[in-house]
Amino acid sequence: MSQNTNKIMAWIDDRLPVTQTYEKHMSKYYAPKNFNFWYFFGVLSMLMLVNQILTGIWLTMQFTPSAEAAFASVEYIMRDVEWGWLIRYMHSTGATFFFVAVYLHMMRAILYGSYQKPRELIWIFGMLIYLALMAEAFMGYVLPWGQMSYWGAQVIISLFSVMPYGDLLTEWIRGDFLISGATLNRFFALHVVAVPLVIVALVVMHLLALHEVGSNNPDGVDIKKHKDENGKPLDGIPFHPYYTVHDLVGIVVFLMVFCTVLFFFPEGNGFMLEYANFEPANGLKTPEHIAPVWYFGAFYAILRAVPDKLLGVIAMGAAIAVLFVLPWLDRSPVRSWRYKGIVSRIYIVIFGFNFALLTWLGTQPATELLTLIAQIASVIYFGYFAFLPVAPKFEKTKPVPERVTGGH
Amino acid sequence: MKLGMKKIFALVAAFVPALALAAGSSVPLDEHRTDLHDTASLQRGAQTFANYCMGCHSMEHARYNRVAKDLEIPEELMMENLVFADKKFGDKMTIAMTQEDSKRWFGANPPDLTLVARVRRPDWLYTYLRSFYEDDSRPWGVNNVVFKDVGMPHVLAELQGNQVLGTALVEEGFDTLTGQPIMVEKEHVLYIEEEGTLSADEYDKLVYDLVNFMVYMAEPIAVERERLGWWVLLFLAIFFVPVYFLNKEFWRDIK
Repeated sequence: MSQNTNKIMAWIDDRLPVTQTYEKHMSKYYAPKNFNFWYFFGVLSMLMLVNQILTGIWLTMQFTPSAEAAFASVEYIMRDVEWGWLIRYMHSTGATFFFVAVYLHMMRAILYGSYQKPRELIWIFGMLIYLALMAEAFMGYVLPWGQMSYWGAQVIISLFSVMPYGDLLTEWIRGDFLISGATLNRFFALHVVAVPLVIVALVVMHLLALHEVGSNNPDGVDIKKHKDENGKPLDGIPFHPYYTVHDLVGIVVFLMVFCTVLFFFPEGNGFMLEYANFEPANGLKTPEHIAPVWYFGAFYAILRAVPDKLLGVIAMGAAIAVLFVLPWLDRSPVRSWRYKGIVSRIYIVIFGFNFALLTWLGTQPATELLTLIAQIASVIYFGYFAFLPVAPKFEKTKPVPERVTGGH
Repeated sequence: MKLGMKKIFALVAAFVPALALAAGSSVPLDEHRTDLHDTASLQRGAQTFANYCMGCHSMEHARYNRVAKDLEIPEELMMENLVFADKKFGDKMTIAMTQEDSKRWFGANPPDLTLVARVRRPDWLYTYLRSFYEDDSRPWGVNNVVFKDVGMPHVLAELQGNQVLGTALVEEGFDTLTGQPIMVEKEHVLYIEEEGTLSADEYDKLVYDLVNFMVYMAEPIAVERERLGWWVLLFLAIFFVPVYFLNKEFWRDIK
């Protein structure tokens, strides 16, 4: 039996490197043994990607992408399609948890300097995934064709009008003089075919780049420096089975939180499914408070914090763009925040909480007080990137250990 | 269109004054303690909805047979009392009134109410339906505290009676010495000038049931969703045990 299997595998391996690929990426991919809590969020992002693709496929089977029928077809899914409500909530809740996982995954990279040399390309691919994900989520939110779908799209697309040839550009994006069925249909095409293809391709690149240089770890030390007689890193363990069983624990806990929200708070208190979006899109009736879904909150808060519209859009764009050059801004000789100076350590924590604050501010009406807070928070956000290159000039780092610490 | 875009932009970039309260209500709302397990309440709400609301408001995303099944109303009873004559049991709950007619009669289209409880929220509905008051300046002779200058007439007026907005004596706590209620004259309060067929409590109860029904209609799966949620969480909790020990077993020799 097993001999036959071996023969079949050998036959295949002569023609397609199945075993070799499996070993390279799973059973002989040596990952540092000291991964902690933060290291769950990569696999969890992937889990949510799969969730979105699978539930998305089933949603398209009943969804009608037209201005006349989209809203009603979503309600049809919620009421008349067997288990349609579950698939729809998995998709809508999945979007939120995808962003939760991605944000924590990015924070992990910032904490442990996972973007530093030689992992700059991994970070760049990650940022491109994040960018594509934002486009994907934005267009997905337009599809149910509720009031927030319509007016959210109106606001976001109007941001492009500050660019040169802005009116032409926004018209080109909408495919019409205003948001209409034409916009909905093209967003549907992009949301279900084009952007997911891009995201999946980028995820493959992200992982190939990661597996080429190897995973970073909470100490930011290079595990390839110390190898045993067989050339295996002393602090590395095969991804499979060690991290597959390890990640499974994280996945089950994550699913518990995911299912709690899905089954008991599917609207996420109006942050995930906004109340106004249960009203069909109406181009003649502007909602009083247009708020983005929570995961765009931070950038929306930065946009509103600047009193000039052109500068606001530039600030928002810069807030995203600056993340791309993060690997070159961080001049610290050490990777992990564990061995950085005290100011860096404090600022990195502030940066994390500050981003959460901006996220919340973006969902709130811009009162005078909240606008002031958003302005301060925006300065703190950009300040971090200005601080990174100069930090090594006045700050001493702690000695980095030769081998990883902690672990199991 | 360009003007429209500019307007939107003003919304984004300029600082919009606080409009925190959804749906434009600025009055404190009474709490609606929704109970979707109270089938009797939902049935009464369905009846009120069919009798008083469905003349003008559809629930076009919902079907009669689903309501009958979920609210445990026998098909025969449902067909006799709650389903309009020309409709079939499995039909959607649409209405005969055309948009052109309603626009002419009310100045606005009475909105479809399938999802209204998810848009406006239960507290808002519960307060709104109890906040009509006499106002001769309005076409239907009534205005609403929660929804100023609303186009809708007070269809439940015969039940509630004639409510007015004005100065009245209001109970405000108890005198701690005598135990007597302290009466304070207040402006801008709603009070019943002429009683309807229901007492104030009965009317509140009727509106409570009606709103309960509307919450059910906005998401008919809600009860089943939560019921299933407990089983899913239970499964995950049980599944966690072998997963946890599997991980522990594999990692035992990793130092």
